Amino acid sequence: MTRTDDAELARLFRAAMAGDESAYAVFLERVARHVRGFCRRRIVHGGVEPEDIVQETLLAIHLKRHTWRQDEAVMPWVYAIARFKLIDAFRRRGRHVEVDIDDFAETLAEPEKEASMTRDIDRALGGLATVQRNVVASISVEGATIGETAHALGMTESAVRVALHRGLKAIARRFVQD
Amino acid sequence: MNTNDLIKAIARDAAAPRPSLGLLLLGACGLASVIAAIVFSTLLGPRPDFAEAAHTSRFLLKFVITATLAVTALFQVAELARPVSRSSHRVALLAIAPTILLAALLMEIATIPTAEWGARLVGTNSLICLTMIPLIGLGPLAVFLAALRYGAPTRPGLAGAACGLLAGGLAATFYAAHCFDDSPFFVATWYSLAIAILTLAGAAAGRFILRW
Repeated sequence: MTRTDDAELARLFRAAMAGDESAYAVFLERVARHVRGFCRRRIVHGGVEPEDIVQETLLAIHLKRHTWRQDEAVMPWVYAIARFKLIDAFRRRGRHVEVDIDDFAETLAEPEKEASMTRDIDRALGGLATVQRNVVASISVEGATIGETAHALGMTESAVRVALHRGLKAIARRFVQD
Repeated sequence: MNTNDLIKAIARDAAAPRPSLGLLLLGACGLASVIAAIVFSTLLGPRPDFAEAAHTSRFLLKFVITATLAVTALFQVAELARPVSRSSHRVALLAIAPTILLAALLMEIATIPTAEWGARLVGTNSLICLTMIPLIGLGPLAVFLAALRYGAPTRPGLAGAACGLLAGGLAATFYAAHCFDDSPFFVATWYSLAIAILTLAGAAAGRFILRW
């Protein structure tokens, strides 16, 4: 990761916060690859599925994006969240890990592609209220737009937006409670 | 659901409003002050000779110390609310209030006869101080912890402790208006202890409440 890469990510992230959905998707895909590499390098003895942490980190990035200052570098902020989520996952599973905070300052993780399907998020999705689950599934797995989802489920667009936002929050909460 | 599916769902939620964290913390300060003021005026109220006391430097110094503590603790709360600190030297600001207190202590040691030190340290209402500051600060502590849940503190215990320190500084600023003991000996002992109680409570609560 060079300074220009981070500047590009920052640009995408700022556009996303201004409501640009496609910039947000590009941003999240790139960030996911870095976080995946970060997690895989640190989970050496198993016990935690790296992709679970990637997903948990993406949700946290989304729900806590107001804690990123728009003039600062993106990846240190992302890695601080990923590291927190990783330690929390180990702690929940009764293990202790030391993740060096300076570890990622210079040597940044190589981007990696997703390999395995995950289970934690499906469990979290299964626990949602029916409306939220239908909305999240329609937009994520089926790839529908807000408008298409509203039409298919007989809801207003703003109701779909509210259900999507609440659904994502509920999924994130379930990760923490596990 | 694989990660790409999740990304699709998150991206569609891009426009969800995100109020500013800084504004929320400021709002929390306002609400916490109102709660502290209500609890203070219900349980205690200012001392009867407030107007005369306001002309003495020892009385005024209490407010300088406690208010300085509250403001510097607020900076710390704002830093710990985010995953990445902007400036690590802000933690040094926390030393300002203890430094003023230390200077006041040295003045007291230099000007007051040794025989009076004990009486000034014990004071007249240390138990009230130890109960009232935590009591006034409890509501503000809850407000600050609730506000921090909107942040992303990666050190929940420390962030909770900072909330406790802030609540303690705020509560002590109100309590100082009631307190008859103005000696730095008293302030250094009992105010510190009372604020430490809130700080520990904040640290303990933070570990549970500030999970995200």
